[in-house]
Amino acid sequence: MREELITSGRMNPGIDPVLHGWHWPIPFYLFVGGLAAGLLFFAAYKYLAGKEKDFPTAIMIGPFVALVAIVVGLMALIYDLQHPLYAWQLFTTVRIVSPMSWGAWTLMIVSIVNIIWIFTFLKKIFPKFNLKQNFLKKVVSIFIEEKQYEGELNWDWKYKLLRNFEKFSITNRSAIAWVMILLSVVLGVYTGILLSAFNARPLWNTALLGPLFLTSGLSTGAAMLMILSKTHIEKFTFSKIDILLIVIELFFITHMFMGYLAGSEVKAEAAHYFLGGEFTVTFWINVIILGLVIPLILETMELLHVKIPVIIPGLLILWGGMMFRFIMVDAGQVIRYLY
Amino acid sequence: MRYGMAIDTRKCVGCSDCVVACQTENNVPHGYTRDWISETVEGIYPDLALEIRSERCNHCDNTPCVRTCPTGASHVIEGGIVKVTHEECIGCAACIESCPYDARYFHPEGYVDKCTFCDHRVKNGQDPACVSVCPTHCMYFGDLDDSNSEISKIVAKNKVKVLAPEAGTKPQIFYIV
Repeated sequence: MREELITSGRMNPGIDPVLHGWHWPIPFYLFVGGLAAGLLFFAAYKYLAGKEKDFPTAIMIGPFVALVAIVVGLMALIYDLQHPLYAWQLFTTVRIVSPMSWGAWTLMIVSIVNIIWIFTFLKKIFPKFNLKQNFLKKVVSIFIEEKQYEGELNWDWKYKLLRNFEKFSITNRSAIAWVMILLSVVLGVYTGILLSAFNARPLWNTALLGPLFLTSGLSTGAAMLMILSKTHIEKFTFSKIDILLIVIELFFITHMFMGYLAGSEVKAEAAHYFLGGEFTVTFWINVIILGLVIPLILETMELLHVKIPVIIPGLLILWGGMMFRFIMVDAGQVIRYLY
Repeated sequence: MRYGMAIDTRKCVGCSDCVVACQTENNVPHGYTRDWISETVEGIYPDLALEIRSERCNHCDNTPCVRTCPTGASHVIEGGIVKVTHEECIGCAACIESCPYDARYFHPEGYVDKCTFCDHRVKNGQDPACVSVCPTHCMYFGDLDDSNSEISKIVAKNKVKVLAPEAGTKPQIFYIV
């Protein structure tokens, strides 16, 4: 028997009795970051595949949701800092060895590319300039003016710079799409690498976490598109993609646990928190059963033409993805080397 | 120049004088602490073994906290002392998560704080506050690179261990067992 006690009463807030340096905004951000990565990936992928006609939601609406997700996620990240007003310090240095520095720069570049992507589609998403006379119209009319064209379009940018930039980015859309695919993969993997870079936390310290979080992010992105889209072909396609992603995810999770159990003592102990220990019930019910297995069954039934409202598997996948990150961040901080 | 510390667990009685000295010397806010005492009891009654250790930041050679810091606030100064520049720290907790010893904490003023090996005393040739007050003289501080220094001789002569060597951080606080 071995017993360790901290007798001098170390009770540093956030450290003892259980490490709690990262609070709810971090897993929440990991979720919306993964979601944004998935949405951007599918937008760029479907565009490059030349499916602009069939997949309007994925290409035009998805990136809108992604931008909202990134902005909300960033606000959560800044909220979790102990000194939020110093957040700009992240952008005064580039530190190659720090995953968080990578993340800060990636997020900045991703959001710029995301905005440019939406910008090129603005006229298609909002063909009419039919705002009522109010404050919003006044703001908008700083940048755009009504113009009479043949057909649908009846507005244009007021400034030559904006018009030229729009023309330039529309002609180079494929290049932007390639950049966006690359960046979305970096963003998706980064949400996992952020955790796996910590040697001190045995549960996080596995190289599988990057690909696993990327797959989960793509899966939540596909689920979001399934919910948002209005056409049968889009719902059907993303349902099929999600089946594949869920299977890959289950495969990764199995391998992750095999890795823990075959690893050193601390890793095996980490696995036991999920296989009989403290986090067993929350993890298996929320992540595996509700988040992966039931959606997998429902979507397979859908493929076999059983009528199932797409929102049920969609919401379950989103729930599972979010719970997965909350549980991983919380459990990772509980499982430590000493004591 | 490589500062290090050796603590004789056979002489330590766990009086917490080092803890209080640190809090006074470094103006550590109430309810926080940069060093602490751990007791390990091993065995089954009546065959018990007790070990008392005064613990703090290990000022590792391979520093995960400095590596993961996104702003460069965590850094290593001369003598291998790991420090945090308060003005550059945004309080993201990356270093706290990466420390296997949980030696860092959030200062209420919004930055991460930790043991500094009392670098303000050390550069004047004094011992850190914790070492200087130890009533049983169980703590030794000095330059590990100098093979003639007291600490080098003590580390060489005695059987020593470090905490969580499997974490690969190469800690520079040695416990004489």
